[in-house]
Amino acid sequence: MKIAVAIKQVPLRDSLLRVNGAGTWIEEENLSFEINEPDAYALEEALQLREKHGGEVIVISVGPPRVSQTLREALAKGADRGIHVESSNLDTLGVGHLLATALRAESPDLILTGLQSDDLGYGQTGVVLAELLGLPSSTIIMQVQVINDVQPGKVRVKRELEDGWFQHIEMPLPAVLTIQSGLNKLRYATLMGIKKAKTKEIKLVSASEVPQASAVIEKLYAPEKNKQGQIFDGDAKTAAAKLVEKLRFEARVI
Amino acid sequence: MSVLAIVEQRMAGEVLAAAQQFGSPLIAYSIDLPYTADAYTAAVEELIRKVNPTLVVFGHTYQTRDYAPKLAARFGRVLIGDVIAARPPVFVRQMFQGKFNADVRLVGDGPHFVSVQAGAWRAGSAAAETFSPSSTTSRQMAEPPFREAGRAVDLTAADIIVSVGRGIKEKENIPVVQALAQALGGELAASRPICDAGWLPMDRQVGSSGQTVSPKVYVAVGISGAIQHLVGMKGAKTVVAINKDPDAPIFEVAHYGIVGDLFEVVPALVEEIKKAK
Ligand SMILES: Cc1cc2nc3c(=O)[nH]c(=O)nc-3n(C[C@H](O)[C@H](O)[C@H](O)COP(=O)(O)OP(=O)(O)OC[C@H]3O[C@@H](n4cnc5c(N)ncnc54)[C@H](O)[C@@H]3O)c2cc1C
Repeated sequence: MKIAVAIKQVPLRDSLLRVNGAGTWIEEENLSFEINEPDAYALEEALQLREKHGGEVIVISVGPPRVSQTLREALAKGADRGIHVESSNLDTLGVGHLLATALRAESPDLILTGLQSDDLGYGQTGVVLAELLGLPSSTIIMQVQVINDVQPGKVRVKRELEDGWFQHIEMPLPAVLTIQSGLNKLRYATLMGIKKAKTKEIKLVSASEVPQASAVIEKLYAPEKNKQGQIFDGDAKTAAAKLVEKLRFEARVI
Repeated sequence: MSVLAIVEQRMAGEVLAAAQQFGSPLIAYSIDLPYTADAYTAAVEELIRKVNPTLVVFGHTYQTRDYAPKLAARFGRVLIGDVIAARPPVFVRQMFQGKFNADVRLVGDGPHFVSVQAGAWRAGSAAAETFSPSSTTSRQMAEPPFREAGRAVDLTAADIIVSVGRGIKEKENIPVVQALAQALGGELAASRPICDAGWLPMDRQVGSSGQTVSPKVYVAVGISGAIQHLVGMKGAKTVVAINKDPDAPIFEVAHYGIVGDLFEVVPALVEEIKKAK
């Protein structure tokens, strides 16, 4: 099976984020970046599927030069090769077109992405990609079972619904699935993997033409605070004592 | 601008309330089909070509997430998802997990596509016409929804819940928060990443994909307050937040808060509770 995983690089979790001078995005200077968390689960799922069914795992990312680092880390975990589409386009549809153009030439049997990014949070890239490639898709996937890995391929997935409900869906391959965090256990890169990754190929692709964005971020800003709550100051002991008093006399649970 | 609202059972009244604010004339439809992504994409595409709206409005449900981006892409548009407020053609949505809001402006002709966040609009009437598409085909075959067998813990009945998030850092630290739950005589719960990692069982997860709880007191320890967590606990009578980040979104819904390191604050709390008892 040929499996492609679309991964995104996002600011390191718990980074101190600031809005940039133009007020339209974050200030990226001095930030560190890492793989978007659900994308890490998508990569892991692809690696596990390859272990079961054979074939190859291709990682692909759209982004500025720094994303080659994240691609290299994916290769160290075991992906076979990488494709880096160099572009700082942030528009989901634009990114979808860039991914579609690069992946059309590869015609993978299965394409995985994380279900949403920790930065934009649109949760659309995989679904848009499926539409542009004319493939069926399913989202928020908690389990992937390839029923038939030779033509005509077929996959059965467990999709998460609200409130602890799930649903099984079957569809023909090739297909696009967006992966939910927690469906597997992430592996670490081994020393051997890191060494091997140095010799693996990352193909650099320049961005193709994409349609104009149908929406633009006009302004990015910290949400207005409307904290009505009471914050207790002081050292841990003082604050704790004040809180306990409230829990005792207001909430009446002690 | 003319607005087409697509309603499903979930969030129907909220979608209509939002759509009403976004523009007029407003026309609302529910789709008379068992759901699959392909079937709904084709059905709503047919409906849009018939009605010709400037704006199509959905609730930001898991179903919408599954097909609306595909539909929007078919019209060369991006779905503006999970919107919390609007001054059309500008729509406000959260980014960076609720750390920032973004004003997103629609560009060019309709149809445009927007989905609204659960709880962001007060539900109004849910009246909608029914649309039956002329034909349906789907590559996806959907089986009936199911729940995992046997939920061992029923958090919905608990009066006091102490919930732990990724701030706890390691599995080995869970007892720190467990001690607080014990001191208060409450149930221990968690945000999703804690259950994903297997540090606590899935049936202790609170949020959109876990349990929805409304205890007398909900203590969120080291939880940032992502929307998917908030929808599961907003109904608590009293919310207490303990977090080292004063800007964490959880403080927006907290009645009482302590900004600080949970590894200092929580043991101090346990101590004070024991004293008070
Ligand atoms: C479709 C979908 C469904 C989802 N369903 C759910 C769901 O049901 N439930 C759910 O919870 N999430 C759900 N999520 C995930 C959700 O988006 C968030 O990722 C998650 O809630 C974050 O968990 P957290 O707050 O524990 O972690 P984080 O967001 O990483 O927050 C950790 C917090 O701990 C604080 N902290 C760190 N160290 C300390 C310290 N020493 N002392 C005090 N504070 C500290 C940090 O300041 C931070 O605010 C879902 C996501 C999606 C996309």
